Amino acid sequence: MTAVITVPAYLDEQSFEQVLEQLAPLPADAKILVDARHTRFATPFGLTGLLCLAQSRAEKPDFAPPDEVNVQSYWQRSAFFRYAEELYTMRGTVIKPGRNRDNDTILEVTPIARSEDVHTVVEHVKDRATHILTTKLKLETRATMGFAMSLSEACQNVVEHAGRGGWVAVQAYDWAKRRVGRHVVVISVADAGQGFRKSLEGTRARAIAGDRWNDAEALESALTQGHSRHPEPGRGQGLKGIKGYVHRHEGRLAIRSGTARVAIVPSWDPEPPREESLSPFAGAQLQIVIPERVSAP
Amino acid sequence: MTHIDVRSALQSSVDGDFSDLVTRRTGAAVRTLIEHQLEGLAAGTVAFLDFTHIGILDRSCADEFVAKLMLPLTTEHPTRDGYVVIHGITEEHLETIEAVLETHGLALVVQFAAADARLVGAVSEEERRCWELVMRHGSAPAEAVAAEIGMPCERCQQMLEGLARRRLLKRKANHFYPLGHAA
Repeated sequence: MTAVITVPAYLDEQSFEQVLEQLAPLPADAKILVDARHTRFATPFGLTGLLCLAQSRAEKPDFAPPDEVNVQSYWQRSAFFRYAEELYTMRGTVIKPGRNRDNDTILEVTPIARSEDVHTVVEHVKDRATHILTTKLKLETRATMGFAMSLSEACQNVVEHAGRGGWVAVQAYDWAKRRVGRHVVVISVADAGQGFRKSLEGTRARAIAGDRWNDAEALESALTQGHSRHPEPGRGQGLKGIKGYVHRHEGRLAIRSGTARVAIVPSWDPEPPREESLSPFAGAQLQIVIPERVSAP
Repeated sequence: MTHIDVRSALQSSVDGDFSDLVTRRTGAAVRTLIEHQLEGLAAGTVAFLDFTHIGILDRSCADEFVAKLMLPLTTEHPTRDGYVVIHGITEEHLETIEAVLETHGLALVVQFAAADARLVGAVSEEERRCWELVMRHGSAPAEAVAAEIGMPCERCQQMLEGLARRRLLKRKANHFYPLGHAA
């Protein structure tokens, strides 16, 4: 029997939890249909998360694409279907890819598996990001460098630690009516690999935590204490660099892995800095939100 | 003195025409290539690593390339007698390089366009003052530096020797020289 996983109408980092809650009671080899027919909106986190979901299943899942043509069209322009059609069996018609591209898409859904992929992502993003970061986010041109560096470091984590390929996507939004109240750029880097807990299993962080060792402790040890799977000095630079950039631009950095999420939370974000006992999910999913700069009063 | 174009080293190290120094793997590949180039140089040569045509430099790559290039040179028994000066860097490169050097307790001489050399990384204020004095004078014995700074001579001598051991100054007999100067 096929279990139906209903994708929420608005699919983002928070509502993706509803997908995972439906998935949690099912064994990994259960046949599932991911039903996105009524989905109207998806962020990079949602799209990359759906690809990870398919990768995490022992049996190839089915996928019902969004009913609305303009939603499908956006997902198509975001390159979601290019990869979803390999990972899912499509149940329903998917419109053909057009030539238009979304002005606010800085990076379509892109696979990352090798070091060379990170080079390609950075090369691709730095030109497209500059315009959006300087005009919409009102950042200085030099902030583009930091943005590309952060993206590079986030993607490298997949190559170095996940044990399998992952996905990246970057999109700009006008969140004037949402909590932050201004333009933002959202980066999502997600994989369905081994996750932070397993990656850090043999480390000093694991030994220090003892019985307290779980997904949240593993994330905290990496994100706030700079622990890395590799013991030599100088490791852990990547997340440190991302944190610095996010902090400087009053951004938000959140990493979900296993059953936990740990975040660097800015003043505009009401979400808690640490969440535990979430529904389990393979790998690690990172999201960075960089908001428009607000002039000092 | 020899000039090494880092962009050329990058192009020889990775497939594709990239100008960004990103990823640990790329950093290790570029470092290995440059280490081979340095091995072919005469003892005591100063190698100027030119970052002019480099775009993004991320921390992981900088750690793997810059910090690990310097580490074997600054040990008690260095594998090679050579010096490295960096030039052609942007403010963003500088910030990244400084962060990784500090993590390892390393420092480097960075040459800026306007003939302005700077010491970056893990150095104390006193070390910086000593170094800047040697830079200003072109060459100086420890006694002269100590007198000008107002520091006990023995301490100043130790400090300058430390800077020379860390490849931030050259030393010949009892004189210390800036990198790039004929000692």
